[in-house]
Amino acid sequence: MAEAAAIAVPALEVDQVSYFYGARAALDGVSLRVDPSSFTVLLGLNGAGKSTLFSLITRLYASPVGHIRIFGHDVGREPGAALRNLGIVFQSKALDADISVRQNLLYHAALHGIGRRRAEVEIDRVLAQVKLGDKRGDRVASLSIGQMRRIEIARALLHRPRLLLLDEATAGLDIRARADILAHVRQLVASEGVGVLWATHLIDEVDAGDQVVVLHKGRVLAQGSVQAVVASVQAADIGDAFARLTGAADANTEQRP
Amino acid sequence: MTAIDQGQAGGGFGLAQYLICFSGIVWREALRFIHQRERFISALVRPLVWLFIFAAGFRQVLGVSIIPPYETYVLYEVYITPGLLAMIQLFNGMQSSLTMVYDRETGGMRVLLVSPFPRWWLLTSKLLAGTLVSILQAYTFLVIAWFWDIEAPPLGYLTLLPALLLAGLMLGALGMLISSLIRQLENFAGIMNFVIFPMFFASSALYPLWRIKESSLALYYVCEANPFTHATELIRFALYGQVSWIDLAVVLGCTVVFLVGAILAYDPASGMLARRGGS
Repeated sequence: MAEAAAIAVPALEVDQVSYFYGARAALDGVSLRVDPSSFTVLLGLNGAGKSTLFSLITRLYASPVGHIRIFGHDVGREPGAALRNLGIVFQSKALDADISVRQNLLYHAALHGIGRRRAEVEIDRVLAQVKLGDKRGDRVASLSIGQMRRIEIARALLHRPRLLLLDEATAGLDIRARADILAHVRQLVASEGVGVLWATHLIDEVDAGDQVVVLHKGRVLAQGSVQAVVASVQAADIGDAFARLTGAADANTEQRP
Repeated sequence: MTAIDQGQAGGGFGLAQYLICFSGIVWREALRFIHQRERFISALVRPLVWLFIFAAGFRQVLGVSIIPPYETYVLYEVYITPGLLAMIQLFNGMQSSLTMVYDRETGGMRVLLVSPFPRWWLLTSKLLAGTLVSILQAYTFLVIAWFWDIEAPPLGYLTLLPALLLAGLMLGALGMLISSLIRQLENFAGIMNFVIFPMFFASSALYPLWRIKESSLALYYVCEANPFTHATELIRFALYGQVSWIDLAVVLGCTVVFLVGAILAYDPASGMLARRGGS
């Protein structure tokens, strides 16, 4: 019974969250759910509100309206318990380029209360996962952009989070590096049971087996499995569905007085 | 898969983990310092220029009468040394705030702020880390000044330590508060003009307040109200093994006010960063 209840707890639950920059609504009543062992794509154009939503989930901003829970812990009321379960890869580079890969990861470990000895073991583990074990002592500045991204993913995994947020994680990467990173994160979902929320504006990063949340101008237009979203607007594929959903929303906005 | 140490219900941390977090932040600040040697050198050159050139040049012009904590006439170089120690800490505090603005722009600040530790702990740790660096700079300056025949009583070098710690915390907290109010790195130039220079010149760092009172009563009151004056005097008395209680109280009070202000400004519930598009 207790086990069943634990399984039912979503990795991430965003419940009627709104956020305003002055009078402009960046998010308007957004609700979504990410389950453990699921890969959910947050699909939206630039300016859709993806980064704002991530800032609210990570408590960089506080949400004045609605609730955000990570494995049942309210981010506003129990930030420590909520953030311990969370690993994040930011859209902009957030590594210290002047120091080594190992030093960056040790710093992150300390920020999660992980002592040096244990951190060294975890660093070996995550670097092996992203296939960059040989870069341990290299300065971050000497790495390629793709390698930096993989180090950021390694860092996000260091404290063994159960929910992983990636905000435009493939931005600036070539096609091969993008595919590698995407495949690696999907593998984590399968092998480690991590719940993933993958924010992107690139339709081709959506896989048939994914969950999708279509975010447009701060509002969720559709969510569910790829098949369900495609079927809901009688589209040919997810790209077509996205175009129809956002096109209809824009048309509605223009019709309003 | 579970988050490390998730065993504790509610995700609370023990004292050992708080200390790991603190030492990690100090260690990172030390690494940054080591990798930015020019920052260390410029932090030293600045007060040394004042000591070797300005003070030597103005020695004859700016005589200093016998005022506490001095028991005899002192050279002008001796008088301005505590002010230059405070200057090191003022610049370091503002440099830290510059670093925080830079970190926010590059994303490094987010790495810190999404840690599951309480935000007040993260910011206080960062403040302490910056202060420890400034103390290292201050003592290095004193070693060089010693070769220039500027000597304090041996015990003074020890009693100076808590004064430098407190003054460094106050000025660092001020820098942290300012960093929360700056939107972009480019705006930092304004801090030089509107914070650092007025604080330094309208204080007792370069001239005793009685001299300022003789020339302008209004300026004297400004200097008296300037927290930097009290940080300077706290350091001056500590360097001679004495405690200036009023200055201690002012520095303590200002530290609390600035730090609480900074913590509130960085609190997501206040929304200050977000309102200015801080992401």
